[in-house]
Amino acid sequence: MSEKRTYFSYFKKGLTIRNYWVYTLFAVFIAIGLVLSITNLPKASTYQLFEQIGYTIVIVISLSLVVGFLGELSLGHAGFMSIGAFTGMFFQQVVLNSLASQKGFPAAIALFISMIVGGTVAAIFGFIISLPALRLKGDYLAIVTLAFGEIVKVFFQNIDIQSITNKKGSPVWSTTGIIHDFRFDYKWLYIIIFAIALLFIVMIRNLLRSPHGRNIMAIRDNEIAAKAMGVNVTFYKIFVFVLSAFIAGVAGVLFGASQATFAAAKFDYNYSINNILVIVVLGGMGNLEGSIIAALVVALLNNRLQSVLSGDLAALKNVIYAMVLIVVVIYNNAPFLKPFREKYNFRVLFNTIKAKFSKPKDPDDPEKGLPDPSYGADWSKIPTKIPMDAIVTTDVLPSNETDDWKGEN
Amino acid sequence: MSDFWTLALGALALGGVYALIALGYTMVYGIAKMLNFAHGDIIMVGAYSAFVTFMMLGMPVWLCIIIAIIFCTLLGIGIEKAAYRPLRGSSPLAILITAIGVSYLMESIVYLAFSSAPKNVVLFPSLQGNPTATALITLGVATLLMVALVLFINYTKIGKAMRAVSEDRGAAQLMGINVNFVIMVTFAIGSALAAVAAVFWLMKTPLVTYTMGSLPGIKAFSAAVIGGIGSIPGAMIGGIIMGLIETFCDSIPGLQSYTMAIEFAILVIILLIRPSGLLGKTKREKV
Repeated sequence: MSEKRTYFSYFKKGLTIRNYWVYTLFAVFIAIGLVLSITNLPKASTYQLFEQIGYTIVIVISLSLVVGFLGELSLGHAGFMSIGAFTGMFFQQVVLNSLASQKGFPAAIALFISMIVGGTVAAIFGFIISLPALRLKGDYLAIVTLAFGEIVKVFFQNIDIQSITNKKGSPVWSTTGIIHDFRFDYKWLYIIIFAIALLFIVMIRNLLRSPHGRNIMAIRDNEIAAKAMGVNVTFYKIFVFVLSAFIAGVAGVLFGASQATFAAAKFDYNYSINNILVIVVLGGMGNLEGSIIAALVVALLNNRLQSVLSGDLAALKNVIYAMVLIVVVIYNNAPFLKPFREKYNFRVLFNTIKAKFSKPKDPDDPEKGLPDPSYGADWSKIPTKIPMDAIVTTDVLPSNETDDWKGEN
Repeated sequence: MSDFWTLALGALALGGVYALIALGYTMVYGIAKMLNFAHGDIIMVGAYSAFVTFMMLGMPVWLCIIIAIIFCTLLGIGIEKAAYRPLRGSSPLAILITAIGVSYLMESIVYLAFSSAPKNVVLFPSLQGNPTATALITLGVATLLMVALVLFINYTKIGKAMRAVSEDRGAAQLMGINVNFVIMVTFAIGSALAAVAAVFWLMKTPLVTYTMGSLPGIKAFSAAVIGGIGSIPGAMIGGIIMGLIETFCDSIPGLQSYTMAIEFAILVIILLIRPSGLLGKTKREKV
């Protein structure tokens, strides 16, 4: 390719939109939401559910970028979210509140500014975390990110800057959390959250289809080979961590805006794992749409189960959730279920439905029959790694019952 | 004894408990190549087993401890068979998520059965309020178990097989080692050590809750990583380091609430200096 590429050159070409159905879904959702909000039909709890789905989608996209596309495991994304939530909301409270009291500052702009502030601060920490990521591998990096999240949590739990804010008369920050009186009108907030989520999805889709996205996925598939092919591994690792942290920070601000009060203790490693990583894995690693659907399904499932099971049975919700998690992961990954999996999955289902509704392709018309060449190859079908373990184990696996190695002497 | 020595003894004892838990993490990682996030909850189950047998059924203490150890061992084997064995050979992340699911499942089942209210379990009333004796017993038993484990790993046939599997699973299989059996034994030993750790944990803080396993679990995991995950002496050193940091940070008034942050900061610093822990092996990667 003779054209000289800069790191952001793909922006010049403008954003292209593919995977229409996801966007259609979002657009329909936002449209229905607008109608509902105008007519004022749903209950406050419904809005809360929508808000929760919205910011979960944003944080899940953020982690999906690191885990699914860069191939590094992060167990501390709640830390970035926490940083975003606290700095963004603090900024909103302290800086914008004084402006607002003077001349009716619009809440939407206040939210937007605090999103940029929270995201940027989180991105700075993303840069800091990306430095050990250059040196550490796999599980060691995972524990460092976990440690980062916990350090952030302890920091926010202990910091007490009431003295600064006391000048204004209202404490916005206590040792247990932040209380803000800038609460956005809940009728409109979730639409903004969904719009932001949509924006990020379009952005990341475009990034991943650009040469930069290909480089990032090359690092995931084989770092040394990517390096040998001239991919700037250092740059892309830092880039992905910073971008991911920014998005996580924005998710934090959105989370903060949707809550009347929140505490730092919420963002511990359990949150990173149970509410973020699990959704990314359930949705399918390296599959953005899957993560979004998983976020939707998990949030709805949690919500439904919570309202169905009350009282003593409330804990049953967690039992069901854990069982579903284990079964889904085993079904998706167990080597012995592979033939079954290839026969019954959503892609096959989707294709059968599609085949029923679409006209058969005309082989004489190349315009219709060929896939879009700019889309590139189907990555999931190209074997990038041959697992040696699998080859060895299938051939010479000793049976479980015999303990051959015991009877040597 | 002066305050300092009491504190130092307590630190070593706590380190011993962490080391016992960390051994479970590190052995499973070394042999099955997976992060067993459910290990912390084995401690919780062990403590609840002691609660049921001792407080509810009124059995003698020694029997309670033996039952807890046996129960945890069987539980560890059961979890390995049901949840991890089907996933052998698939991506490490899938196994990690399953482990998280198992951990969540155990916590919620215990929650369902016993509710979330913390319960008091005083196994040794005579040792209550006597930190020196508690620490000495903990330290003694922990040391004994660790020595026994090292002897087991180094001088028995199963130990040899375990080392072989951790070195190269494929080659071990070719040599006729039953890898599934070795992994099962590893889980059994790790879970039994976790049950012992649960008893010591109850001696220190005689309360059981359904989330009690996560904190010692995560700290012991950090200890295993500090020592170099997969290395047995590393887990012991890491455990002692974590115990020392925690006890001394807790004793300094201003630092108390930052203990956790300091522990993790030291973990990060150690990993930055030695990317695979203090005693971990660095592997060369090939394309």
